[in-house]
Amino acid sequence: MLTVKDLHASVEEKEILKGINLQVNPGEVHAIMGPNGSGKSTLSTVIAGHEDYEVENGSINFDGEDLAELDAEERAHKGIFLSFQYPVEIPGVTVTNFIKTAINASRKAQGLEDMPANEMLKKIREKAALLEIDSKFLSRSLNEGFSGGEKKRNEIFQMAMLEPKLAILDETDSGLDIDALKIVANGVNKLKSKDNAVVVITHYQRLLDYIVPDFVHVLYNGRIVKSGTKELAHELEAKGYDWIKQEHA
Amino acid sequence: MTGLNKSTHSMELKEKLLSSFMVMEQDVDLAAPVHDLRTESLKTFEQLGFPTKKEEAWKYTSLAKLLKKDYSVFPKKETTLELKDVKKYFLYEIDSYKVVFIDGVYSPFLSDTTHDGIDVCLLSAALDKPKYKAVIDKYFNQVAKKDDSLTALNTSFAREGAYIYIPKSVVAEKPIQIIHFSTGEQGDFMLQPRSLVVAEENAQVQIIERHQSLSAHAVLTNAVTEIFAEQNAIIDYYKIQNDRDDASLVDNTYISQQRDSNVKVHTFSFGGQLTRNNLNFYQEGEHIDSTMKGITIIEDQQHVDHYTLVNHAQPNCESHQDYKGIYAGKAVGVFNGKIYVDQIAQKTNAFQQNNNILLDDKATINTKPQLEIFADDVKCSHGCTIGQLDEDALFYLRSRGIPKKEAKGLLTYAFANNVLESVAIPALKTRINKLIANKLGVDLGHDL
Repeated sequence: MLTVKDLHASVEEKEILKGINLQVNPGEVHAIMGPNGSGKSTLSTVIAGHEDYEVENGSINFDGEDLAELDAEERAHKGIFLSFQYPVEIPGVTVTNFIKTAINASRKAQGLEDMPANEMLKKIREKAALLEIDSKFLSRSLNEGFSGGEKKRNEIFQMAMLEPKLAILDETDSGLDIDALKIVANGVNKLKSKDNAVVVITHYQRLLDYIVPDFVHVLYNGRIVKSGTKELAHELEAKGYDWIKQEHA
Repeated sequence: MTGLNKSTHSMELKEKLLSSFMVMEQDVDLAAPVHDLRTESLKTFEQLGFPTKKEEAWKYTSLAKLLKKDYSVFPKKETTLELKDVKKYFLYEIDSYKVVFIDGVYSPFLSDTTHDGIDVCLLSAALDKPKYKAVIDKYFNQVAKKDDSLTALNTSFAREGAYIYIPKSVVAEKPIQIIHFSTGEQGDFMLQPRSLVVAEENAQVQIIERHQSLSAHAVLTNAVTEIFAEQNAIIDYYKIQNDRDDASLVDNTYISQQRDSNVKVHTFSFGGQLTRNNLNFYQEGEHIDSTMKGITIIEDQQHVDHYTLVNHAQPNCESHQDYKGIYAGKAVGVFNGKIYVDQIAQKTNAFQQNNNILLDDKATINTKPQLEIFADDVKCSHGCTIGQLDEDALFYLRSRGIPKKEAKGLLTYAFANNVLESVAIPALKTRINKLIANKLGVDLGHDL
């Protein structure tokens, strides 16, 4: 589904990613861990298509198509979703209207009509229930005055609505208390299927107790320096990242 | 050479106006007290002439180009309009009173006036009929600035406009729309509407005002509106400025507020060639609340200048200013907000905010807060920002599948949105929302 080959990327002429290789297949859950500043968020941002990041070398292939020439919205239309570490506040645009706009933009790109209002409403109710989101919450302005936990839950709600093939969750666990973390993880697990894939980016192992990865990768200094199974995450939790840094100093 | 041309041309318009005054005199009651006022005001205008960029208050806005046109100052013929052709300029979704003018002439056909409990009618009638004499004597030209050249010019030609009088403790049960159409039938045309609004003690009224050109002929409107809010009165005034590219407007609005009154003025500037809003609040009692809000969205070569004044002359009053500007193309915006706090105006709370987004490299905004505070126990805050749309926010929306253009529109909408919160007429709020969406080129397919 996603094939990243020798990816080098920079922002403001500073090289952050220095040759990433990653293969994600349908039905898989990958975790990308690593110390702060290792390039985790950059990787997710580059895959989602932020214009400020320059791909210097290598390629990102999604469902057999090179993403190089595609804008962020076109990547979204193909089924790539990024849950932001810091979602943006949009005053005056409600959660409901925002998600309607997003869904219908994708449908339009696929040559489909707008989703009928009753169908939309039904889907919104269903997905809100999945994430234990109150209906009042849906008529609030997007992310405005939301707590950290509400913002993250809202990100996963959007993921549930958009039903992406590939979801990248960038530090979705940061700022979440354990109860909110369980709700979010439960939501993600229910959305998992043999046809889609999830890439979880996290600093800590805790989230991975709830969203269990098939593969764990350690990103350090712009490269994936170690890959393994979920046991690797436990090892990192126990030993920290210093031994990784020493090995690759 | 250019400079010489400018002065010659504005001289020509000035001369034309001075001689037109004599023409008008053949047509009005020379014995009426208001005529003395006209004559006096004409002298003031004759002395001062049109404002130029040399004056601090007009530093960023030049009328020179507009003054070169050969405007007619009186309609040559009477013109009628079919309602179906102009309906869209009205807020027709709701029941309202209407005072409508076509090329400066009252249109009984398009209007819906009343004398039932309140007076919604013509200033010309009020100036002439003895019945209104007491109100005219008490209020007419009382708050308008005497030494302002354009205001004086308007006063000297003051004949027609809306007259709105809400007696004590009466709540006008529906909004009042004042619309000035210009048809182009008169060629390039200069209009000088003059309106008077009085809300007596504890009265309430909502007013929507619009100037609309219907042709490609140049229109220059020099409007003066005087608004009086007596004790405990509440006035909501909305200005919709979405005119054609050949139409320019100098709006001079003067508001006098007595104790415990609350006046809000919202100005939506989405069109026109040049718009200058001189908005002046004079607080003359305690516990007054004055609100000025504006959304400006312009492009190409359009120019909008907001020049506000709040005169805090008494203690314990508040003023709130919140102006948002969005400028594309080579558009130019100006915001000059003056807050004056008199020595005795202790416990004044005055807030001023002016936030701007420049969508293109060639767009310009000149923003200048001007605080003159002579009391020592006051809260005054002001802030202005100038920026572009946040790239990270744009990426966030695009990553959700929303195309760049719509994403920009949504963010711009979000930027301006809070100004609409205080719009008290729901149908108007919806209309403004649609105008904004339209202006920003976004069709979201549903009400935001």
